[in-house]
Amino acid sequence: MSELPNAADAVEVLTRHKNYSNLTRTAKLIAKHDADTRTIFGFWVYLMTDCVLFASLFAVFAVLHNNTYGGPTGAMLFSLPYVLAETLILLSSSFTCGLAVLSAQQRHKKRVLLWLGVTFLLGASFLGLEVNEFNKFVRMGDSWRRSGFLSSYFTLVGTHGLHITIGLLWMAVMIGFVFRRGITDLVLKRIRMLSLFWHFLDVVWIFIFTIVYLFGAIKL
Amino acid sequence: MARILLKVKTKKHWLLVLLFSVIIAISGAYLSSVNIPVLEPKGVIADKEFRLLITVVLIMCIVVVPVFILLAYFIYKYRDDNPSKKRYSPDWDGNRLIEGIWWLIPSVIIGVLSVITWNATYALNPYRPIKSINPPIVVQVIALDWKWLFIYPAQHLASVNQLNIPLNTPVHFYLTSDAPMNSFWIPQLSGQIYCMPGMRTQLYLEANQAGTYKGWSANISGIGFAGMMFNTTATSRSGFNRWVAKIQADHNLPNLSFGAYNRLAKPTLYVPARYYRQPATDLFQAIIDKYMLPGFSYGRSLTPVSSPATGKGVV
Amino acid sequence: MSGAAYFASFWLGKLSLKALPPSAIQWFGASLMILVPLGIALLLSVTHRWKWLYHEWLTTLDPKKIGVMYIIVALAMLLRGGADVALIKTQQALSAGSNAGILSASHFQQIVTAHGTIMIFFVAMGLMFGLINLLVPLQIGARDVAFPFLNATSFWLFFGGMVLVNISLILGDFAATGWLAYPPLSELHFSPTVGVDYWIWSLEIAGIGSLLAAINFLVTILKMRVKGMNFMKMPMFVWSVLGSMLLVAFAFPILTVTLTLLALDRDIGTHFFTATGGGNMMMYVNLIWAWGHPEVYILILPAFGVFSEVVSTFARKRLFGYPSMVWAIAAIVLLSFIVWLHHFFTMGAGSDVNAFFGIMTMVIAVPTGVKIFNWLFTLYRGRIRMASPLLWFIGFVVIFTIGGMAGVLMAVPPVDFQLHNSLFLVAHFHMMIVGGVVFADFAAITYWFPKIFGFKLNEKLGRLAFWLWLIGFLLSFVPLYILGFMGATRRLNHYSASLGWQQLFIVSAVGAAIIGMAVGVQILQFAVSIYQRKANRDKTGDPWDGRSLEWSTPSPVPFYSFAKTPQVSTRDAFWEAKKQKQTSTPQPYEDIVLTKNSPLALVIAGGALIFAFAVVWHIWWLAIVGLLIVIATIILRSMDEHTEYILSASEVERLDRAYLKAGGLSK
Repeated sequence: MSELPNAADAVEVLTRHKNYSNLTRTAKLIAKHDADTRTIFGFWVYLMTDCVLFASLFAVFAVLHNNTYGGPTGAMLFSLPYVLAETLILLSSSFTCGLAVLSAQQRHKKRVLLWLGVTFLLGASFLGLEVNEFNKFVRMGDSWRRSGFLSSYFTLVGTHGLHITIGLLWMAVMIGFVFRRGITDLVLKRIRMLSLFWHFLDVVWIFIFTIVYLFGAIKL
Repeated sequence: MARILLKVKTKKHWLLVLLFSVIIAISGAYLSSVNIPVLEPKGVIADKEFRLLITVVLIMCIVVVPVFILLAYFIYKYRDDNPSKKRYSPDWDGNRLIEGIWWLIPSVIIGVLSVITWNATYALNPYRPIKSINPPIVVQVIALDWKWLFIYPAQHLASVNQLNIPLNTPVHFYLTSDAPMNSFWIPQLSGQIYCMPGMRTQLYLEANQAGTYKGWSANISGIGFAGMMFNTTATSRSGFNRWVAKIQADHNLPNLSFGAYNRLAKPTLYVPARYYRQPATDLFQAIIDKYMLPGFSYGRSLTPVSSPATGKGVV
Repeated sequence: MSGAAYFASFWLGKLSLKALPPSAIQWFGASLMILVPLGIALLLSVTHRWKWLYHEWLTTLDPKKIGVMYIIVALAMLLRGGADVALIKTQQALSAGSNAGILSASHFQQIVTAHGTIMIFFVAMGLMFGLINLLVPLQIGARDVAFPFLNATSFWLFFGGMVLVNISLILGDFAATGWLAYPPLSELHFSPTVGVDYWIWSLEIAGIGSLLAAINFLVTILKMRVKGMNFMKMPMFVWSVLGSMLLVAFAFPILTVTLTLLALDRDIGTHFFTATGGGNMMMYVNLIWAWGHPEVYILILPAFGVFSEVVSTFARKRLFGYPSMVWAIAAIVLLSFIVWLHHFFTMGAGSDVNAFFGIMTMVIAVPTGVKIFNWLFTLYRGRIRMASPLLWFIGFVVIFTIGGMAGVLMAVPPVDFQLHNSLFLVAHFHMMIVGGVVFADFAAITYWFPKIFGFKLNEKLGRLAFWLWLIGFLLSFVPLYILGFMGATRRLNHYSASLGWQQLFIVSAVGAAIIGMAVGVQILQFAVSIYQRKANRDKTGDPWDGRSLEWSTPSPVPFYSFAKTPQVSTRDAFWEAKKQKQTSTPQPYEDIVLTKNSPLALVIAGGALIFAFAVVWHIWWLAIVGLLIVIATIILRSMDEHTEYILSASEVERLDRAYLKAGGLSK
């Protein structure tokens, strides 16, 4: 077997060919296009699995939402105007994120930075409001330890918040990326995926808003 | 040459057949000498479940037997070292008719089984009362770490790891757990049902042969799980009444107060049978309810104050 | 808390000297867990192979090598799970009446839990993902998977989960709850040690690895098939993997959620599954089986795929009823999500609910039966070569059919009331998982071994191993059916002598010992085959007269897989090409884009392992370190725009000619 070529040869070949530059133009384009389609498609598949994750958490919430165990109900805790404000902020961040994608497609670096920055700020404010709300509940003694209902509430909303945090981290990295490298194809692809992710979180939030807050607050 | 080969093979086959027969004979002799509770039911419910089991096995044989025969036959016939002539059709890869047959026949069989299943599931629902000329007796079952507590509310007594029941009389169990989940199972009398903390399940059974039947927990519940075995003694109605009277008259036996219950509920292993008189009223319900009370955590003793009956639930 | 105690609990969490093993047997296990890796490290140092290990294996993104690593880890874990079996069987054969056996109750229960967990997650899943990595790209004519880096990350996460399970032998204990850790037993009150946490976090890491792998292979199969291979021309193994990966994608997020909620209950005092505080323990049971039942089909579908390939190759005949097979897979995928409640008919649900789930469970028997008939009719009018992969198939049909019959029996709720949680159930699912999945994996290893390593395995020893396995397996598990009828429940560390169970437990232990011998023979088979590798060399690249594209490559498969992109116009593409003696129109060699090696996947999994270990022991600063390693590495990797390299056409030609010369391929 030893006489056969192996990956070590490939490394040798690699040093000889100094990566991309030697690729024929067509092969390069075809490979890249295929890879891009795959990545976006793969990201959709990932979002689907994330949907299942949220669906499981919603199911848990549905089972536990009446188990207040002597603790407060949703109606006692939630302030709809506050949550509505959160919702509007997140919705507008989704809009600005869309604008960032549009600008990226036009390879307009400054505008991309602007819109990503605005989206980041809006997302961060949303997160701040959520943390503030959690903090308020915990201080009142209504933490996740209080009841099955509150456990599932904090976990469902908190998981969304965790996703938002990851999205913000990603956005920060992308801002740095755009700032240093401009709008390359890779950056464009990543911004597209980021915006998919962000819109997805928006949709999940709409469900949270409706099922957790709206139904919770209406029920007496 | 081929003939000699075949002959040798046949001899080998006979040896195999002989070996097989010996194994079957030994297993048969062994099996007929031991007690196999699920296959030797002594109660109404277990008997029906056993009959159902046999019916389902027989129906499934309609598919399973042909599979074994076809497998053996095809492997034998189409081996490339089998010298007899046979057809070889390397490109024959489908036939709607015969594929249709093996979509259809299993479907029909499953259809028949489905009807049987549907009816049997209703008929043998553990919550379904058993029709009998004798009125049922009620037994409350509490799975503890690691023993069973049986409360006879009408007879005003309780027992640990010993269940006495009258013959030909439906027994209506209410079950819960004051420990991790357990599964209550007396194979010769009926199938099992879960006992879960904070929840109540039910089970009906009826013994129609006198005897002592083992019961145990079928769900892992901690280090003492293997020792959660109890005897079920099924006797005539008068025998049962004598047992009840004996315990009620034995003034050396403690009353099952809340305090006595709390002492009993502490984890213990391989607990021998033990009896109590006068179980506290609503003890069973209080054990379930305590899990619903705010501020309750595992391991907290049951106190009469925390019984919802007093209305002072909050600790 | 005193200053020193505070200091210790900050830096070490719950970790202390008390975490070291309490009994002699546990010390033995722990020393093995330390000595085996040390031994391997020593061997590597002596033979100066560290660099080789790093460049060829640790940093590789080549799915073929990752597949081999999956299989090596899985086989090692098979030995670990097998050692568990030896202890379980010895204990059960001895511990009747006054004899307490060799293990304490808690230790026995830990071993039972570890056995189940390891065999499912680190053996069956590992072998499955190994085969998928090796075969899917080759069978669809692709040189790589869709996301090579993600793929390596999946593997190393799987590896990390495996490491964490085994650390529990040295530090602390393992869950003593049964392999699915039902609450409230698995809640903090009843299981206060770190055992359940080890269970949670090893499955969490390995589970996320599986989920990522599923995304990867879904995209690979859907987007990277070679031109001309439409869905109805895919090899059946690829179809079965597609079904299985769909199930992973839909089921594993549920596992992630369930495990996380249990961890939250234990670590921060939530009330999801507690009996008190408004939790709902039966919700856990529902959730874990909403993952757990699809999991069974996740494992069995690729096994079906393997047998489809093996049967048609060794019958030298096209697979019978290909469209039926595809529909059967589709039916199984759909149905597997609406049967989970059959795992707890005894919960006390209404007759309508129980009957519905019972009937749905039986319906799955139809597509499964169709598959078996299709395989049988693939043999019909074939020209059957009785090589050991086909022997495994025969063993599979026998055992799987018996096990399947037991399964249908338990799908009838009232019958299940008498069989649930008994050894009958244990015998049933071992017949499905061992007879189905493990036998398929052995068939696959024998069958594809020459493709990956360039030489065949010793056939004589392979046959001997098969017969020992079959006899040992039947001897071990048929008694369990009877014990189940006798009322013996699962996970019993001790039983009353008066029940008359001991003889059968002894017979079962003898069966297990024969399986142990079978495994010994398999190890010998590997050793002998490696020793005689020159004589067993596969020079043709097609040692079994194969049918699908992987056999068109030289053995062992070169790192770029295909020198020229294969052309497909029919099912069984390679078989058809051979039949028509149609050496495809000479194509020019092309530039090939390949992925560079990267150590970062290993780093990510290392960070995840540190995080998980730290959370198990409540060492919060270390958990943050682990998490930061993961995040930083992902960001670092995302910065890298030059992850690929080019193998130029001339270079491919040079390598290919060298291969053809060395392998003696006449193409």
